Amino acid sequence: MERIAVVGVGQTNYERSKEDTFEDMVFEAATKAISDAGGEIGDIDNIVTVSNDFWDGRTISSMAIQDAAGSWGKDISTVEGDGTFGALYGMMRILSGSFDTTLVVSHIKGSEGVMNLITNAMFDPIYQRSLGIDATSSAALQARSYMEMSGAREEDFALVSVKNHGNAFNNPYAQLPMKISLGDVMASRKISEPLKLLDCSPISDGAAAIILANERGIKRFKKAPAWIQGVGHCADSFNLGYRDLARSRALKGASLKAYQMAGIADPLREIDVMELYDAYSYMELMWYEGLGLAPEGKGASLIRAGVTAMDGELPVNPSGGVLSSHPVLVAGLARLIEATLQVRGEAGRRQINGAKKALAHGINGPCGQAHCVFIISV
Amino acid sequence: MTDWKDDVKNIVCPGRIKVPYTWSVGETGSRFFVALRDNQEIWGIKCRACGKVYVYPVKTCPECFIQTEEWVKVEDTGTLESFTIVHYSHSMHPFKAPLVYGLVKLDGADGALLHLIGNVKAEQLKTGMRVKAVFAEERKGSIMDIKCFAPA
Repeated sequence: MERIAVVGVGQTNYERSKEDTFEDMVFEAATKAISDAGGEIGDIDNIVTVSNDFWDGRTISSMAIQDAAGSWGKDISTVEGDGTFGALYGMMRILSGSFDTTLVVSHIKGSEGVMNLITNAMFDPIYQRSLGIDATSSAALQARSYMEMSGAREEDFALVSVKNHGNAFNNPYAQLPMKISLGDVMASRKISEPLKLLDCSPISDGAAAIILANERGIKRFKKAPAWIQGVGHCADSFNLGYRDLARSRALKGASLKAYQMAGIADPLREIDVMELYDAYSYMELMWYEGLGLAPEGKGASLIRAGVTAMDGELPVNPSGGVLSSHPVLVAGLARLIEATLQVRGEAGRRQINGAKKALAHGINGPCGQAHCVFIISV
Repeated sequence: MTDWKDDVKNIVCPGRIKVPYTWSVGETGSRFFVALRDNQEIWGIKCRACGKVYVYPVKTCPECFIQTEEWVKVEDTGTLESFTIVHYSHSMHPFKAPLVYGLVKLDGADGALLHLIGNVKAEQLKTGMRVKAVFAEERKGSIMDIKCFAPA
């Protein structure tokens, strides 16, 4: 298979209630990515936008930001889902043979709608929606299922929040850098038990963009390419009651495909840094298991032992992760950008020394129904 | 140079999308809701390949990717697999917080049904507890014909 590289990355700051419009944010992210790559808009063969009509409050939300993405006269199409799936599609468009370069750009303004109402609408309108379930209350059901299966405690989840909010101090784009203790997380307001305020990611606004290119396409840009060594994606059942909520077989499926493609046998040893989609604290521990870093039910042992801390054997979320900024749809693309910056050695104060191989992860659907995993190295 | 914007607040355009929908429940769902409404019975549908019983019923088995055809009555009692107590209120909730959601594996079904858990004290709640459906007095052919599941 033809090799595909990330040659440019750009992101806005993530914050709540940005004054910038969708167009402003998309233009900022897209131009930053193009300038990071050392190219110009004419070097882009096609564009993939990532947006969601319900979040944006308009039909065909992608149409509104096409001009800001530089799409005039170009082939443009849209993914409604996490940005990692946008990157995957952007990669496939190059692999189709039709294009040599793709710009992928994603945006969200979580602060302009009402998260609970919007995520309530992702549930089945006939059997589930009228109950009032939403992203947070369904995640709480998953957190408890995971606790039952694994024996993990709320204190273990709190350690993830302490680590990631602390890491966010090193990321100039992050929304919520916080120096908090385990006690602070445990004492924070109950939201949907067992989840407390500091177990939950914030409402965020922002945009992110990447440029993908094949071996021909990279010649148009000045930046050294970061190659996608492996990619995998997999989805599980939509109905929560008919999915093993405590064990993510979709992440297992996605990561095994990515590992196989990248020739990785022992991810804990062979990968230097990971950026995971921790929309809620407990998820990071579950994802450790899905990614094969710990045996089933033993994810908490990694956080307790500091394995995934900045100075640990495998740092996870040096950026502060999704707990520190949660621009929905953008967040997975931000993970891929962070992974790219790490392997380039351009991650600033959040740089993991000598990082050569990085993993980025995104999720889509309630309680991580679908997963997408990228492995990248220079 | 002073910018005129220094003295002016950004303008916000408020909006609201209000679109009524009439989703067809379909043949499978209609059978399920009619039994619930008229007889206070909960029916599932069984996959002939893997033998799994689905409640709510599904027209196709997601694992075997074949049509399901055999209806089986399941019990109105079951086991609580997971639960959460929600402490916030929004307009999509059927009533004000606190509310309790649970995943209830009904006796005779292979997976869990998401629903409200009621008539229960917080300290009573634990996974593995037995619950029983409380049917609404006035039933209209919807998932709310089950008012909630309460300790059995």
